[in-house]
Amino acid sequence: MTNSVAEIEETDVILITGSNTSEAHPIIGRMIKRAVDRRRAKLIVVDPRKVPMVSFANIWLRPRPGTDVAWINGLCHVILEEGLWDRDFVTQRTEGFEAFRESLKAFTPEYVEQLSGIPAEDLRRAARLYAGASKAMVFYAMGITQHAHGTDNVKALANLVMLCGQVGREGTGLNPLRGQNNVQGACDMGALPNVLPGYQPVTDEEVLARFQAEWATGVRLSNKVGMAVTDMFPAVLAGGLRAMYIVGENPALSDANVSHVREALEALDFLVVQDIFFTETAAYADVVLPGACFAEKDGTFTNTERRVQRVRKAIDPPGRARADWEIFCRLAKAFSQEINKRSAVAAVANGSAPRGRDLGYWDYGDPSEIFDELAAVTPIYEGLSYKRLDRAGIQWPCPSRHHPGTPFLHKDRFARGRGKFHALTYQGPAELPDAEYPFYLSTGRIRYHYHTGTMTRRCRGLDRLAPTERIQMHPEDADRLGIHTGDRVRVVSRRGQVEAEVLVSDNTAPGMVFATFHFAEVPVNVLTSDALDAVSKIPEFKVCAVRVEKLAA
Amino acid sequence: MAATRRSETKTITVFMDGTRLTAREGQTILDVAREHGIRIPTLCYHEKLKPIGSCRLCIVEVEGSATPVAACTTAVSDGMMVRTHTPELVELRRETLKLIFLKHPMNCPACEINGNCQLQDLAHEYDINHLDLHTYNIRPVEPEPEPYATPLIQYHPRRCILCGRCVQACVEITEVGAINFKGRGALTRIAPVERMGAIKPQCVSCGECMAICPVNALTEALGKKRGKAWETRKVKTTCTYCGCGCQLELNAVGDTVTGVTPTEGGVNRGALCSKGRFGYDFINHPDRLKTPLIRENGTWREANWDEALALVAERLADIRSESGADAIGALASARCTNEENYLFQKFVRGVLGTNNVDHCARL
Repeated sequence: MTNSVAEIEETDVILITGSNTSEAHPIIGRMIKRAVDRRRAKLIVVDPRKVPMVSFANIWLRPRPGTDVAWINGLCHVILEEGLWDRDFVTQRTEGFEAFRESLKAFTPEYVEQLSGIPAEDLRRAARLYAGASKAMVFYAMGITQHAHGTDNVKALANLVMLCGQVGREGTGLNPLRGQNNVQGACDMGALPNVLPGYQPVTDEEVLARFQAEWATGVRLSNKVGMAVTDMFPAVLAGGLRAMYIVGENPALSDANVSHVREALEALDFLVVQDIFFTETAAYADVVLPGACFAEKDGTFTNTERRVQRVRKAIDPPGRARADWEIFCRLAKAFSQEINKRSAVAAVANGSAPRGRDLGYWDYGDPSEIFDELAAVTPIYEGLSYKRLDRAGIQWPCPSRHHPGTPFLHKDRFARGRGKFHALTYQGPAELPDAEYPFYLSTGRIRYHYHTGTMTRRCRGLDRLAPTERIQMHPEDADRLGIHTGDRVRVVSRRGQVEAEVLVSDNTAPGMVFATFHFAEVPVNVLTSDALDAVSKIPEFKVCAVRVEKLAA
Repeated sequence: MAATRRSETKTITVFMDGTRLTAREGQTILDVAREHGIRIPTLCYHEKLKPIGSCRLCIVEVEGSATPVAACTTAVSDGMMVRTHTPELVELRRETLKLIFLKHPMNCPACEINGNCQLQDLAHEYDINHLDLHTYNIRPVEPEPEPYATPLIQYHPRRCILCGRCVQACVEITEVGAINFKGRGALTRIAPVERMGAIKPQCVSCGECMAICPVNALTEALGKKRGKAWETRKVKTTCTYCGCGCQLELNAVGDTVTGVTPTEGGVNRGALCSKGRFGYDFINHPDRLKTPLIRENGTWREANWDEALALVAERLADIRSESGADAIGALASARCTNEENYLFQKFVRGVLGTNNVDHCARL
């Protein structure tokens, strides 16, 4: 998030798109409801589904799935046409405006209505409401990013907030709601193929030299951008990738076109899975290592608003299970021994002196020492320490020991200097419904479960509230097909099929079915499309084409 | 913002138990008392809620008022003379407590919050004991059991003192309003709201009602919480579910997590959702992996750490020397800590020598 959650209390207009906030981020959802209820803040929801936040909204726009660039460009078109944009901000803080302006010409509300199904007049109302606010916050989640053109969707939203000068101040900004406890931190720490900790590019030789020295490792750091998760599985099948080490992740259930993923897991020469349960992915492993859950270790998580917060150990891990950081330290030492053993053997064979290889420092007494090391090499974390984080979390960037942290980004300048407008063309989803597969399928979460359900399905109370997958279908479609709540259906896509119960609900859109990926017995990701966004490599979980067949009772 | 700034509010003088105190216009008697360390007993009052004024324990005498007033709902005025602990007030509070205990069972040892209960403390302070109650010769009537708003929570009508905190919390904290008072007189109870105008408020099982109940009348339906207050360790930490980063307290007895309680501060300011509050069962689940496992000839066998890690090191070294480091791919975890993600990518880059490291940010 560019801004902070607490700023919801300051803002005048909130635009939510592609986020089922009250279900997937219930506490943030409540704060938004409260702002609307108590302070009369205005709420715009843009979502094909009638998500629960819609009942609090002043304006609800219901686009066809995957038409986000169209409606966002449409909003910008209206804002320019009616002179509602922030001229000062655009001149002083941005670049690329003229080309952007040119690119919007075609996106008249009437044209956008054709593309997205949003009535032209509603689009105009929403544009006026957003642009007229003195402070406005945009919230989005995977409903914006998980598309074949997800990067364009985010750029389009960035255009919108810059056009209206709604960024760089308290109570404004472009705010992605991150779905997992530490997905922000994992990115910050360089668990990405193209960047080292603190988003420092692996292709930058100066950066590499610094890490090479800091880690004091005998292994030469690679300057070649690595593979993203969505590249890895195809690479296994193509023969380029032979081994995988998977920590706390369950791609055999969570990834798009999961049959393809399972085929790849099967084809690996060697697979290590480190997790707290024997997951669907662990079933493919050669070695399974028992890690610890959040209650069993010390550390930090970084939340969606960049707040680094302490995680504290309450109990010991069960049996021989160990904190994951301990496992990595022991593994690094085991690997070092193995390499040194090999070079000794080779030395004897060659008659030369054995040459050990130093693999850097791996003796940490406790996680605070690891934190101190990572803070020293991660400029955005540099001013942080366990001592400072003890009382309350601090938001990065925090470049020095006395820096208070940063509640909102881009105050006087953008990270890159001037904010760049992107001229975008509308490209639809990779797969659209047709005669054979007439429904859109979109996936997401429900309130009571989390991801592949390895944890929440083992919480008796939560599982009692939502014990099975229920594919949501709109009443209009259900009537037409003679399907009722509780009927079993088969959902078929070009990639696979699943069988599940139906919940007839107007929460989903006509012509669209919605399913979660929480239930191993209904692995909905056998259906989803692995069409990827070219830049972010994110799969198009939110749109694919399916047909629904009623099963005999 | 409509809220008035502190500097603009008028300063006034209040006399409490003979002491001259400075107060701000708009404060309640209870606010002023608490600010100056004068204790007035309360049960229904909670800092997070608007004053309810139902329990009558915070009654105080105000010069010029014929009857005692509730300190939590009465605003101070300039020159107000307040008495908080006269013998009459103590006797009135005692009567109020006795009425509560007509219904509320005095089986404290069987109750989970024994030792951490405001009502128990007040009974002790005001010397309420079982024998007293016989003088009333009233038999409590118990409402028929009925389902609560969520199957995750059990309602104990006899324990309930009808203070209304839960009802207010559902409106003010959860923004739902799924529960309300139902019935009359001795049969009054807390029950799900059937309808509110055109809509049926839907309980979201967040458990704010349970967390705010002062007398344990709302408990986790799955069974009695293990451990007494004095054997329970409370550890402040960060929630393991979504990216909101709520702060919470894990309750632990020995090596078992027995529950989650709210803690102040953080993005959530003490509030939690259903996963944050009820999603702790997995921690001590029997399915947890407890030992390294090695697959041999298609079956799994338990292994110790040294052999498991030696095997991983050997196989990764083999594959690296045969096919290069880029033949190895690694997935870190958004569930793990920053420290662990940092170490893992350090291992993949600095020990294995490849940038093939990613995690589930896209899923």
